[in-house]
Amino acid sequence: MSVFLISAISIATVLLFGCVGEIITEKAGHLNLGIPGIMCMGTAGGCLGVSLYMGALSSPENASWILLVLISILFSVVFAAALGAVYALLTVTLRCNQNITGLAITIFGGGATNFIMSFVDRTHFDPAGKLISTPLPFADSLGVFGQVVLGHGVFVYLAIAIAIACAIVLNKTRVGLHLRAVGESPATADAAGINVTAYKYVAILSGSAIAGLGGFYYIMDYIKGSWENASTIEGFGWLAIALVIFVLWKPNFGILGAFLFGACYIVAFVISGITSTQKEIIKMLPYVITIVVLVITSARKNRENQPPASLGLPYFREDR
Amino acid sequence: MEKQPSGMENVTSYAQEKDKKEPLFRLIKRDVLPKRKIVLIYAIAIVASLLLSSVICSLFSSKNPVAFFVALFDGALGSSRRIWLLLQDTALLLGVAVALVPAFKMKFWNLGGNGQILVGALAAISCMFYLGGKMPDALLIPLMVVASILAGAVWGVLPAIFKALFGTNESLFTLMLNYIAAGLVSMFITIWVKSGSGVLVPIEHGNFPELFGSKYLLTVLVFFALAALMYVYLKYTKHGYEIAVVGDSPNTAKYIGIDVKRVIIRTMIISGALAGVVGLFLAGNIHHTVSTATANNMGFTAIMATWLAAFNPLVMMGTCFFIIFISRGMVEVRGSFNFTNDSIANIVIGLVYFCVIACSFFITYKVVFRKSGARVAKRNRTKGEER
Amino acid sequence: MEKQTVIELRNITKRFGASVIANNNVSMDVKRGEILSVLGENGCGKTTLMNMLAGIYYPDEGKIIINGEEASIRSPKDAFRYNIGMIHQHFKLVDVFTAAENIVLGTGEGEKYDLKSAKTRILAMSEKYGFHIDLDKKVHEMSVSEKQTVEIIKVLYRGADVLILDEPTAVLTPQEITRLFDVLRAMREDGKSVLIITHKLNEVMEISDRVAVLRKGEHIATVNTADTTEKELADMMVGQKVTLNIDRPLPVDPELRLSVESLTLIGTEGKPVLDGISFGAYGGEILGIAGIAGSGQRELLESIAGLHHLESGTVTYFNPKKDKPITFYHKSYERVMELAHEGMLRYADGRDFTGKDEYGKSLSKKTVKALVNAGEIFFKEDEVINLREKTPLQIRELGVRFSFVPEDRLGMGLVGNMDITDNMMLRSYRRGKSVFVDRKAPEELANEIIASLQVVTPDTHTPVRRLSGGNVQKVLVGREIAAGPKVLMAAYPVRGLDINSSYTIYNLLTEQKKSGVAVVFVGEDLDVLLALCDRIMVIAGGKVMGTVDARTAKKEEIGLMMTGAAPAES
Repeated sequence: MSVFLISAISIATVLLFGCVGEIITEKAGHLNLGIPGIMCMGTAGGCLGVSLYMGALSSPENASWILLVLISILFSVVFAAALGAVYALLTVTLRCNQNITGLAITIFGGGATNFIMSFVDRTHFDPAGKLISTPLPFADSLGVFGQVVLGHGVFVYLAIAIAIACAIVLNKTRVGLHLRAVGESPATADAAGINVTAYKYVAILSGSAIAGLGGFYYIMDYIKGSWENASTIEGFGWLAIALVIFVLWKPNFGILGAFLFGACYIVAFVISGITSTQKEIIKMLPYVITIVVLVITSARKNRENQPPASLGLPYFREDR
Repeated sequence: MEKQPSGMENVTSYAQEKDKKEPLFRLIKRDVLPKRKIVLIYAIAIVASLLLSSVICSLFSSKNPVAFFVALFDGALGSSRRIWLLLQDTALLLGVAVALVPAFKMKFWNLGGNGQILVGALAAISCMFYLGGKMPDALLIPLMVVASILAGAVWGVLPAIFKALFGTNESLFTLMLNYIAAGLVSMFITIWVKSGSGVLVPIEHGNFPELFGSKYLLTVLVFFALAALMYVYLKYTKHGYEIAVVGDSPNTAKYIGIDVKRVIIRTMIISGALAGVVGLFLAGNIHHTVSTATANNMGFTAIMATWLAAFNPLVMMGTCFFIIFISRGMVEVRGSFNFTNDSIANIVIGLVYFCVIACSFFITYKVVFRKSGARVAKRNRTKGEER
Repeated sequence: MEKQTVIELRNITKRFGASVIANNNVSMDVKRGEILSVLGENGCGKTTLMNMLAGIYYPDEGKIIINGEEASIRSPKDAFRYNIGMIHQHFKLVDVFTAAENIVLGTGEGEKYDLKSAKTRILAMSEKYGFHIDLDKKVHEMSVSEKQTVEIIKVLYRGADVLILDEPTAVLTPQEITRLFDVLRAMREDGKSVLIITHKLNEVMEISDRVAVLRKGEHIATVNTADTTEKELADMMVGQKVTLNIDRPLPVDPELRLSVESLTLIGTEGKPVLDGISFGAYGGEILGIAGIAGSGQRELLESIAGLHHLESGTVTYFNPKKDKPITFYHKSYERVMELAHEGMLRYADGRDFTGKDEYGKSLSKKTVKALVNAGEIFFKEDEVINLREKTPLQIRELGVRFSFVPEDRLGMGLVGNMDITDNMMLRSYRRGKSVFVDRKAPEELANEIIASLQVVTPDTHTPVRRLSGGNVQKVLVGREIAAGPKVLMAAYPVRGLDINSSYTIYNLLTEQKKSGVAVVFVGEDLDVLLALCDRIMVIAGGKVMGTVDARTAKKEEIGLMMTGAAPAES
């Protein structure tokens, strides 16, 4: 059971990063279907950072945990945000179709990640992965509870912290209020003197940066640096987009939702005693639930739980 | 239209006001550009992106940019087998694009092509698996055709029904259906493949016959013919006309008495069914098996193809050919440039997409730099006088 | 006691394009602690003038002087710097936000974000001016009046000393108007200047200290309310009657074609948009509908055309079919049988046609069709068709010859991205059993309309959105007339058109009238209504105020009725 919970929390972390990143982007009125590609880019960046740092050391044993974590976050964030910037340039400034641009970003991101990873020196990924996933110091002394709740690498807590921080920023601060106004009604925000373009850029870039960490966490922490190709991470990216709908664009719900989705995803691998067919059905559940949520929210016409009103629409001030 | 003059004046007054103040440039929505110019802009974008790609590829290997183009053309056209594969892949992508185009023309964002292909393929394989050998292929194949079309249609109409009834967001709905379709495929494979390998060996029954000794020709003929038919359907039939009215102006549709809900549902049945046909060919004529990768992401790639073709099925023949040309050509580039995986193809395709998408901006908007602001205002005013 | 002047407008001119002068050389002033009404008809330039104070437009000529210094107001933000705030007719609010969130939006840069203390400040302000507001209520749950309150507080919260309200009472109930006026008076006592854009004379008299009257872009006069009367204001507002040279023959044998009885429609806000409207439209005459914009004209025509679900009332169409043979051209077989069962039909020799032979046996479909096609079956009386709850398609299938030129030409009447030919097809594309559309007839029709109405276009394959306003309208009106209507409804058909195009449209409508069509014309220019129509029905707030004879009616009389002041006897 504890293995199951630990794994579910790990997958949930990947999804939570992606989900929170996409929520922030969507709150600015942009449906970023490039998130799967951006999560891949974050992975490539983070892995490159790890490889550069480990390669610069005389011996992998000398690696410092804090430096490793900081360097990998920095690289991951920069790479993911760079691809996010391409999306922002195309959709905000050039006002291109968001769906089309997003799909192109995902195609490019997956390819570029595979390409970069084929050049990255992965010899020290195993020790780096172990170092990065070092659990909190007092986890072991607290038995099963310690293992399940405290036995994770720093990225798990980072994801939760970011989700909570985003929820607070969105609901309790002026920046959050302005961002939501931009996503709901850019014309109103503009008339109120809010710089719509700037808010959109910042939201897309920071959303991308956060999502990128999810891919990196999966490769370096969860599977300890073994790399095959980008397709698994892309799959998580699409699941994260589904999760955004499931949690009704609320980052704090995202924590629970991600755990539920993670559990559905992982149950197939961990639980014994059910057939592989049943496992496949359970793996489909997140998507089915998402559709049900989507239909119910649209049928109830409850204004609170709808996507941001301007989602997907370009804003051009003179188009009044 | 009555709003337009004042709208335009907004623009000029902004121009005049802001001359003195801030921006270095501003945007104006254009009237329609002549077709020649549009084609030219796209051609420049494509050539530029390919040049950029050739430079990137040569930077990461010992070859020069010219070799990139040589390999690209060799990969796509180098042998008769390559040409046939190029045509077949073009036809398949075209098939998906044909399936998506009526939905897009109606402004219904069908991102569910992958799922609709998969369920079509799954339905055909189910027939082959359960009924193969128990009846002659001459009976089995028609059954597969019906099953695939039905499955695709169901997958297409589900989001349409909810869109029509509650206004449920169709892009998210169809996106989710892709994964459910993939899940169904995995599930059936666990039922069919007892060994647990997760791979279904090709099934011998219900394979499509060769046409004039070619296993490619049938696919090519069918989908090119469907594209031509779709062109006729959209342009010359009453249904096609209704789709255009609903897509362009739902209020006008209401005013002249078109049942918008019915049109949405009907169109998505057609869209899904046609995607199911692509699945049918993938299962019955090409792979004889199914996996979650059967759709090969064509549902997304085809969106690009339709969009680039401005929703014209005849032009789609060209855009699909172009996309497949690049991706097949890149297989050879990858080999001759010694890249270890196929990622470079996606990078190049991604770059081409970025450049082409960015161009749509220059077709819709005009950038006016600060100095010329007053001149534009003047020009607009004289235009007003002509009227 | 002389009040201090806050704003001076000096010789303000604003043009839209070369031909439209929205404001011409306007000079006026605003004083501290007064309520100033800006009065004028639709399109007289009052909103444009105020928009220049609010930073939406920038004047082409002239100066704005605020507190003695020349000011340059280029954006709403600039306007707030000069403590000017405007409440537009279309509220700019975020629906899913609470009142408080909307009010603080975009303010307080650099301060700590503290909604609680902001709410305290807002509440204090509300108390001072007598607002009633629930700050935690979401905008989408609010009534129009509550939304308006939020907009007003939003402007006050930004420190506005000059408030401009564009038609604030248009959407309010009488009780809400009373409450709004109390608030405005409280603001005046507090030394704020309040400008109300309006055309309702009774409200002008009730609330304002001074009235500035605008007509056709020019400032006529500013008078003290106490020194004037409604009559005098109405005269200033509408001006002398302008004689237009429109040919107006007397109606010949007017026959009731369309009858509307106590039609009531509830709008999206839950308030009646149309409230018990009754009238008749007669063949061979033009019925004008006059009213302030937004009094329900648009909804009335759309309701008759079958685009709305009616709360109550009837719409009846009288088809002039007496003693005419029935055909399948406009009637289906099913409709023929329905009429037969209702006893509406007869044979050529006068015997009843009931769809049965002399032995009471039903005739076969083939026999009935043969009889109808041979022209053997006639209507006994005019056909009476109930249109209530029918869709536009059903109405057409019943053989009702309605044409409708909607207000929103490119958003409803035409498809902007389609060419002229395809737009001709909108009405006729269903014709015939073929799955293919027939473009030949529409193409011919398009060429005919281009030629006869002198539509300026490169060819029939130009998307209509690329045509100029007048040409778009010719295409639309041409198509609707080509359908051979018995009833032709046109909403603001000359809005935004130049003089020549306008006359083309007037002549088309008059020709239709001469050929016996019942024309319903919704207009905004009273001079045109008085010169073109035979009768004018005046509506205000979704109610019929009265119907007058256009040949004898006084412009001022109609002007007063439009403001909802005094229903005339007719």
